[in-house]
Amino acid sequence: MLEIKNLHVKLEDEDKQILKGVDLKVEPGKVHAIMGPNGSGKSTTSYVLAGREGYEVTEGSATLDGEDLFDMEPEERAAAGLFLAFQYPVEIPGVGNMTFLRTAVNSQRKLRGEDELSAGEFLKIVREKAKTLKIDADMLKRPVNVGFSGGEKKRNEILQMAMLEPKVCILDETDSGLDVDAMKLVAEGVNALRDGKRSFVVITHYQRLLDHIKPDYVHIMSNGRIIKSGGPELALEVENNGYTDLLAEQETA
Amino acid sequence: MTRLEMKQRKRDETATRLEGKALPTGAAWATSLRQAALSRVLDMGLPTKRDEYWKWTDPSTLTSAAPTAAELFTNDDKALFSDIDRLKIVFVDGVFDAEASDDLSGEGVNISLLSQALNTDIHWAKDLYGTLETAGQSPVERPLAALNTAFATDGVVIHVTDKVSKPVSILYRHENTTSDAVLHHVVKLDAGAELTLLENGPAAARFNKVMEVDVADGASFHHVRGQGRDHERRAVTHIFARLGKESLFKSFTMTANGILTRNEVVIELTGDDAQAHVGGVCMGDGEFLHDDTVFITHDAERCESRQVFKKVLRNGANGVFQGKILVKEGAQKTDGYQISQSLLLDGDSQFLAKPELEIYADDVICSHGSTTGAIDEAALFYLRSRGVSPQEATDLLTLAFLAEAIEEIAREDIADDVLTRLEAWLARRKG
Repeated sequence: MLEIKNLHVKLEDEDKQILKGVDLKVEPGKVHAIMGPNGSGKSTTSYVLAGREGYEVTEGSATLDGEDLFDMEPEERAAAGLFLAFQYPVEIPGVGNMTFLRTAVNSQRKLRGEDELSAGEFLKIVREKAKTLKIDADMLKRPVNVGFSGGEKKRNEILQMAMLEPKVCILDETDSGLDVDAMKLVAEGVNALRDGKRSFVVITHYQRLLDHIKPDYVHIMSNGRIIKSGGPELALEVENNGYTDLLAEQETA
Repeated sequence: MTRLEMKQRKRDETATRLEGKALPTGAAWATSLRQAALSRVLDMGLPTKRDEYWKWTDPSTLTSAAPTAAELFTNDDKALFSDIDRLKIVFVDGVFDAEASDDLSGEGVNISLLSQALNTDIHWAKDLYGTLETAGQSPVERPLAALNTAFATDGVVIHVTDKVSKPVSILYRHENTTSDAVLHHVVKLDAGAELTLLENGPAAARFNKVMEVDVADGASFHHVRGQGRDHERRAVTHIFARLGKESLFKSFTMTANGILTRNEVVIELTGDDAQAHVGGVCMGDGEFLHDDTVFITHDAERCESRQVFKKVLRNGANGVFQGKILVKEGAQKTDGYQISQSLLLDGDSQFLAKPELEIYADDVICSHGSTTGAIDEAALFYLRSRGVSPQEATDLLTLAFLAEAIEEIAREDIADDVLTRLEAWLARRKG
């Protein structure tokens, strides 16, 4: 499914290497967590995969079902089944949330050569999915993310994910800025999308999100590389001892 | 050269330019109003680029003896307002077309042609024709409006006595590539009356239009216009409005294309609790200059005014905004708002803005803002990451940018019609 090999990335405008050889293989239906201290390259990994400008891939590759992601425009990557839940969802004044969702769904269908959903079909699906995420009619009518609370923004990301039905979902610090109840609601939304085929890459600082979204694998990222991989117990180790021990271990190795 | 010498030179040039140009004939009162207007023009002198008020918009093609030729532009788009039930009045190159127009009678409204009114010995228009234009010459001179009052060949005079639901729609057609049209409309709304006035079409190669609107106490006037799409047409328009107590004035203009457009709106809020909203969107591509010049005077208490102007510019298009709110002494509790924004779709286009507030009352709220920017890259990437193509994302963000101005249109069916036209404009420029 998603395969990242020896990925090296630098900032386009600066001579600053951020990723220094990331390897990651995500099989269908699996949940991978990536943890690591600030500045380790976690968010950069997600942005580069989604196709944000400002980065330069200097070495390595990333493929989705064998297709080279770096050969595709951001919208093509989305249509191919990649979804990034933003750490900071963007506010778009003047564009209604419903219009945004419908445009996104139909654009992807168009790119895949499928028929567009009619207004009625779309409305039925969005109402149903919004309900389970406790997103009310008002939030659907308002401009995209404008005036939304932190929790509402993140729930709105999950709603988009639910509507777009991607193959691989990358969640970039979806737990940041959320209180426990909001985090549970988001986690429930994510878990509802686990169907044995869809995979997830959950980027987080803290173990607490992983109590709700149970990972199959945990990777620790530091200084642009994945320095250690393991099962869910690795996240607990981080929670108990912090990153210091792991980083020290790496240095002596 | 001193200021006085410059002024004299302008007067001399204007006298030469207008020498021997006969005023249209009419009733004695009309002739004297036209002569007074001509004296105003000769005294002020026609504008030049040296004038402060015209420093960003060169008026030379608007003041020249002959108009510059303008090719006609046709496409398959449905004309604006064609699905709205309305009373149509058609002018072709500034000449009334009786055959294409509807019967001018309607309930609660009395409509006639300006040419007829100015030939009638006793007519209500006598008290209004050129009156609001004259009042609007201070503190800023508007010589092209006085020129219009002197030489207007026709127009529509509308007296609204009741609430009229069917809009009156003035349609301008351009068929002659060198036409030079001068039209002048006068609208008088009695207390409590209501009217929606629509205007659309390119009118002429060069078009000078004035509209004077007298809105009595408690009356409402809604104005929506689409300025013609002919790429090479030139237009200078003035709206002069006087608002009575608790009255409402709303004017919205959409401009797509046109090599040169100068729209001046001059509003005086003279009765307490009146509201004036003036807004517009313009879409410029290539050789295009659009200038919105607005002057709103608050001369009564608790009045509200809003100016909302949005411009989308690309391929070297130019946008100008000069907007002023003047709050006179005693106009307490004034609520004034002014926003002018431009979205530049490339690095070649330009937007120049001069927002001004002048306030002589101490208990008022006035806010103004002006911005120039490109498409929001973060929003663009967000949309693309959801599968939306860059073109579609840009269109969506462009329409979102224009939304605040379009919201100024009260009637939903008319707003939808305007939106459809804007979408067509965006679609035509794809690929």
